[in-house]
Amino acid sequence: MDNKKVMMITGTRKGIGYYLSEYYLDRGWFVAGCSREMSDLKHPNYFHFECDVANEAKVKQFFKETKKRFGRIDALVNNAGIASMNHILLTPLSTMERIFKTNVFGSFIFCREAGKVMQKQKFGRIINFATVATPLKLEGEAAYASSKAAIESLTQIMAREFAEFGITVNAIGPTPIETDLIKSVPKEKMAALINRQSIKRLGEFRDVSNVIDFLIQPESDFITGQTIFLGGVQ
Amino acid sequence: MANKEELYEIIYEALEDINSTLPKNKQIKNDPSEILFGSEGKLDSLGLVNLIVQLENLIDDKYDKSITIADEKAMSEHRSPFRSIDSLAEYAVTLLNTED
Repeated sequence: MDNKKVMMITGTRKGIGYYLSEYYLDRGWFVAGCSREMSDLKHPNYFHFECDVANEAKVKQFFKETKKRFGRIDALVNNAGIASMNHILLTPLSTMERIFKTNVFGSFIFCREAGKVMQKQKFGRIINFATVATPLKLEGEAAYASSKAAIESLTQIMAREFAEFGITVNAIGPTPIETDLIKSVPKEKMAALINRQSIKRLGEFRDVSNVIDFLIQPESDFITGQTIFLGGVQ
Repeated sequence: MANKEELYEIIYEALEDINSTLPKNKQIKNDPSEILFGSEGKLDSLGLVNLIVQLENLIDDKYDKSITIADEKAMSEHRSPFRSIDSLAEYAVTLLNTED
C-alpha cells in the first residue's frame, strides 16, 4: 500500500492519454483516467470516470472517487486538450471559448484540486501540456497557441505557490504527434512546421512519456515551473 | 442542517494539523473567540490557505457537500469571516445551509 503510486491523467480515451495510461499501468502505477466518453481500457489498476474537464462539479466528484479508490494522487498529467485552426478574422468567439474552457479552465480546475490533495501528502508532481505552437507563433493557431500560453503562465505561478507543499509543476510542449489533434492540418503546413524544429520529425508518444518519466522521478524534486519543448523548439 | 457547534469541532480538527506546523507561542486554542487572521491573528496568509483547504475537505467528508469558503463574497465582506473561529464557523454554516 505504501509503495502504491497513483497517477491521474485527463483525456485518456484515445491518443496520448490512452498511451500514457497503458504505459504507466505497465510500470506498476495505478491510473485514474477521464474523458467525456467511456473508455475501452480494461486493467485492474485503471479507474475511468466520464467527465468534461471543465465541469467543476464533475471534476470534484472524480477526485473524490479517485481518493476513495486509491487513497492518494502522486502525479497529475493534464493531457486533455482541443485545437482549432483558423485565421483570427474567421474565428468565432464560441471557438475561442470552447478552447479556453477545455485547455485552460480544465487544467486549472485539475491543478487546483490536485494541489489540495497533494498539499496534504506534502508531495506531488503536476505535468501540464503546452505546445510548440506558442513559441513558434504559428499563424492560424491563435486560439490554440494562446490557450497554451496561458497554461505556461499558470504552470510558472503554480510552481511558486505549490513549492512549499513539495509539489512540482512543469509542462511539456510537444511538437505535432500523429493524433486526431492534427489530422485536419494540411500536409504542406505540417511539413513547414516540422521544418522549423531543430530536429525535423514528428513527435512520438515515447517522446512525451520520456519527459514525464524525467519529471516524476524522485530526483526531479528541484525542477519546477519549467516548460520542456520537444524537437529543439525554443 | 449544519450548526455552529458541529463546525467548531470541524475547525478544531483542521487546526490540529495547522498547529503542528506553528511555533509554541502561536498555537491556536480550541476556543471560538480565538483570533485567526488579521493584525492580532496567529495565521499568516499561507496558514489561512491551509486551514481553508483542510476545512473544505473535512466539510466535504462529513456533509458530502462541496463548498467554496474563500470566494469573492467572503473576501469582500465588511467583517472578514476569517477573523476568528467563531466568525469562520458562522460563515461556513451559512454556506452549508444555503448552497445546493
